[in-house]
Amino acid sequence: MDNILQEIGMENYIYLSVILFCIGVFGVLYRRNAIIMFMSIEIMLNAVNLLFVAFSTYHQDAQGQVFVFFSMAVAAAEVAVGLAILVSIFRNLNSIDIDNLKNLKG
Amino acid sequence: MSTLLIIFYFLSAITIATAFLTIISKNPIHSAIYLVICFFSVAGHYLLFNAQFLAIVHIIVYSGAIMVLFLFTIMLMNLNKEGEPHKKWATKLAAVISFGLICFVMLAVFIKAMPVIAAYKQTGQDFQSIKVLGKVLLNEYMVPFEFASVLLLVAMIGTVLLSKKEKSVQ
Repeated sequence: MDNILQEIGMENYIYLSVILFCIGVFGVLYRRNAIIMFMSIEIMLNAVNLLFVAFSTYHQDAQGQVFVFFSMAVAAAEVAVGLAILVSIFRNLNSIDIDNLKNLKG
Repeated sequence: MSTLLIIFYFLSAITIATAFLTIISKNPIHSAIYLVICFFSVAGHYLLFNAQFLAIVHIIVYSGAIMVLFLFTIMLMNLNKEGEPHKKWATKLAAVISFGLICFVMLAVFIKAMPVIAAYKQTGQDFQSIKVLGKVLLNEYMVPFEFASVLLLVAMIGTVLLSKKEKSVQ
C-alpha cells in the first residue's frame, strides 16, 4: 500500500471535497442559527484540508500536510474567538438568530 | 472493486450524510453529534492516506477541542430546544437553488478540467511519518510555526476579553 491514489483515484477525492464544501456553503445559506453556521464553516475547512492531504499524497510531498497543521491551528483560534463573540451577542440580545443583527444596516 | 475502494465509498457516504444531517437537524445538540461523526470519518480518510499523525491531530483538535467548545456554548446558551424561528420559504428555496448551482458549477469545472493522470508518482520514500513532518515543520516552516503559537496566544487573550462579563457602563 504505497500510494492509495492508485486504488482510489484522485478524482474521487476531488469530487468528495467539492461536495463537502458545497454542503458547507449550503449550511451557511440555509440556517439562521449562528452556531450551525459556524459548524458549516468547519465543514468547509475540513473539505479543503482533505483536498490538501490528497494532493500532498499525489505529489508525495510533506508540505501539504504541514499546511493542514497551520490551517487546523487557525481553525481552532477562529472557533474560539467566534464562539466568544456569539456568547457576548447572546448576552446582549438574548438570541443568536443572525437576522436580529442588523444594527449596522443603514 | 478493491477493498480500499469499498472502504472509501463507505467513509465518503458517512461523511456526506452526516455533514448534511448536521445542517438539516433542528436540534443544535444533534448537529454537534453529527459533526463529530463527520470529523471522525474525515480522520478515517486521513488514515486511508496513511497520514497517521494528521489523523490523530485531527481527532484531538476537531473532535476533542472544537466540539467541546461547541457543546459548551450550546449548553451555556440553553439552546437545546427546537425553538428556531423558520426562515421564509423563498429564502430556503433560494438557498437550495444556489446550493444546486454551486455544486453543479464546481463539479462541472473539475470534471472538465480533470487532467489525464496516466500514472501516479511513487517515490517509495517516507514523506508523512511524524519524523519527516517534524523535520519539515521545524526547518522550513520554523517562522510560520512560531507565528501559529502567537496566533493561538492572541486568540486566547481575545477570547477571555470578549467573554468576560462587562460592568454596566453608565
